[in-house]
Amino acid sequence: MRSDAVPDPVPAFTRAATLAVKPAGKAATKSGDSADACTIAALIAAHAGQPGALLPLLHAIQDTLGFIAPDSVGAIAQALNLSRAEVHGVITYYPHFRTAAPARHTLEVCRAESCQAMGGDALAAHIQQRLGCEFHGAHASRAVGLEAVYCLGLCAQSPAIAIDGIAHARMTPARIDRLLDPLLAESDDAPSTGQGSGDARHVLQASRRRQEAP
Amino acid sequence: MNTPQVFPSRDAANSTVPDLRVVTTPPIRVFVPRDTAALAVGADAVAQAIRDEAAARGLSIDLVRNGSRGLLWLETLVEVDCLGVRHAYGPVYAEDVAGLFDAGFLQGAPHALAHGPTEAIPYLARQQRFTFARVGITDPLSLDDYVALDGFCGLRNALAKSGEEIVAEVTESGLRGRGGAAFPTGIKWKTVLQAPSDTKYIVCNADEGDSGTFADRMLMEGDPYVLIEGMTIAGLAVGAEYGYLYVRSEYPEAIATLEAAIVLARQAGYLGTDILGSGRSFDLEVRKGAGSYICGEETALLESIEGKRGVVRAKPPLPAIAGLFGRPTVINNVITFASVPIVLDRGAAFYRDAGMGRSRGTLPFQLAGNLKQGGLVECAFGVTLHDLLYAFGGGSASGRPLRAVQVGGPLGAYLPAVQWNVPMDYEALAGLGGVLGHGGLVAFDDSVDMAKMARYAMAFCAVESCGKCTPCRIGSTRGVEVVDKIVAGQQRPQQIQLLRSLCDTMVNGSLCAMGSMTPYPVLSALNHFPEDFGDAQQAQAAQAA
Repeated sequence: MRSDAVPDPVPAFTRAATLAVKPAGKAATKSGDSADACTIAALIAAHAGQPGALLPLLHAIQDTLGFIAPDSVGAIAQALNLSRAEVHGVITYYPHFRTAAPARHTLEVCRAESCQAMGGDALAAHIQQRLGCEFHGAHASRAVGLEAVYCLGLCAQSPAIAIDGIAHARMTPARIDRLLDPLLAESDDAPSTGQGSGDARHVLQASRRRQEAP
Repeated sequence: MNTPQVFPSRDAANSTVPDLRVVTTPPIRVFVPRDTAALAVGADAVAQAIRDEAAARGLSIDLVRNGSRGLLWLETLVEVDCLGVRHAYGPVYAEDVAGLFDAGFLQGAPHALAHGPTEAIPYLARQQRFTFARVGITDPLSLDDYVALDGFCGLRNALAKSGEEIVAEVTESGLRGRGGAAFPTGIKWKTVLQAPSDTKYIVCNADEGDSGTFADRMLMEGDPYVLIEGMTIAGLAVGAEYGYLYVRSEYPEAIATLEAAIVLARQAGYLGTDILGSGRSFDLEVRKGAGSYICGEETALLESIEGKRGVVRAKPPLPAIAGLFGRPTVINNVITFASVPIVLDRGAAFYRDAGMGRSRGTLPFQLAGNLKQGGLVECAFGVTLHDLLYAFGGGSASGRPLRAVQVGGPLGAYLPAVQWNVPMDYEALAGLGGVLGHGGLVAFDDSVDMAKMARYAMAFCAVESCGKCTPCRIGSTRGVEVVDKIVAGQQRPQQIQLLRSLCDTMVNGSLCAMGSMTPYPVLSALNHFPEDFGDAQQAQAAQAA
């Protein structure tokens, strides 16, 4: 444990990007969740020296914590020498970033032209009925959240969707039901994995397995 | 199969090759793509099933995860290397694997899913693969595979040339920006070369947001080294030592592949402070987008890398003069950079000899939407749209007649059947009031409602507009309202006139292509398919009432 870790008037970003996590309990007592605040501080330290650091930092926070809490804007702004308005503006500009915890799983449905040409509208209607929610909403159990996406790059195999960042093509109502059934049947205390297509955690794990496969 | 295999020897007595009958045969190579297009239809499960089945039968195989050949209706396309010839099977699902083993697919045996030697499949045999020469053939992350198929030859040639000579070669090749704007690449590079600055940047626009396009994704996942090589050559040409690849967040596999490839290229000395012992420096990093379509516009993309909202910049200054962090910047599309190594390897004339008019070389066309045989078709410019839709695409997937094709992404025009004999060439498409764009074709059958597609174009613009200029920000929302009124039959002639006037304002008054080209799909739908905006709906509404 570093003796100079807390309390320290010097912002974390001025130190080397060592990913040194401040001891829990002493740091960031103002915000509700001190563990999350520590994580954010460590991520800020890792990214602060990078040119144009804001987007990579926001991605890192969302990939790690699932969303970017509004009360973390101040720390991010201070570390990157930006105004809170600038940070808030960036978070709200990009559709990928979210400021509240997502549902346990995220279903993204492509709404673009190619998928429309292959029955995408009917598929979307089926999904909305199945989940009982509109786009940007979630199933009542919060097991699955529904988001629109404009193109997953699978346009020769439309319609396409992604669940927790993993893409599925040549979708039909029957196939989507087979994918959704186990997610909706999960018990409430299953761990949250609600990730969009860019929160590459699952995909990176799968990719690594693919590279290491015998 | 662990038993030694018997090979016929043409002249065993005089052969210097050891007698093959006593050599244990190497494991049979089986290829299962790792491209997202294959993964999205179960390629990982197919690969696992093949491994399991081979192990259960005591057969030794070497399973390679290659890129995609681009015959996407056949994914997962499994290939087996039989005495140096790759045989194709597809579309394979995990449940088909045992049957393939039973049929003897490891020896290239016939099967309901067999297509014979891959290279002889007409869809592939009729293509001219320059930029995609290795995609689908190699293991994307194998440097050995890349080098064995002429990889880094362009870079080696570039290292022996001056910046001016590289730029001259690219200019002479006739290569134009493949992102859609088709600006001559050599001229852009020359501007950056001549801009005085101690720091310059190379930026790759991999924010491929257009519906109906996937060439960038396939290239990044299938042959990342060609993109790295192209960007490095650009760095050598203009005197830049650092580059960014801005990849959309919807492409996580592409991001993972590029990041792995950059590390491996750096370790092998193809990137870093001393490229191939030349003393020259170049390095790269991947930046992830965040779901904003407009960040595919070059100045919005630069803003995004700088950590800001992806708002379009006014031009001038051009990015070539004041781009990323205010420095001279080469910003090109993935396919543009990936086409540079072959120009430097084979020479400008080789590349320029393909194509027609002012469109030189090849373009990877992407066949999407309602087509039986969707996929990637790299051809010289000049192939007709009809050929792409029928000779390659095989007509509609639904079996109904094709009615409209949107060429060039969500900002491209809808073309009716009477225009399908147009040769695919930048100027020919512009002559029809359309754009070739990034080469994406989205086909629709006769069930399409073109008024709905026109409305969607305006609605998409309203969602994705960066909000900086008024014609785009407000015009798109008004456009949705006006189309709704036309369809509802409220003052139809006046509203149609209003829509045309609104489109005129957007075309001429918007800051970038988002606002100025959204009218292309809207007006082409209105002009070529007026029946969808007209009396048919009125008659139906009257009937319903």
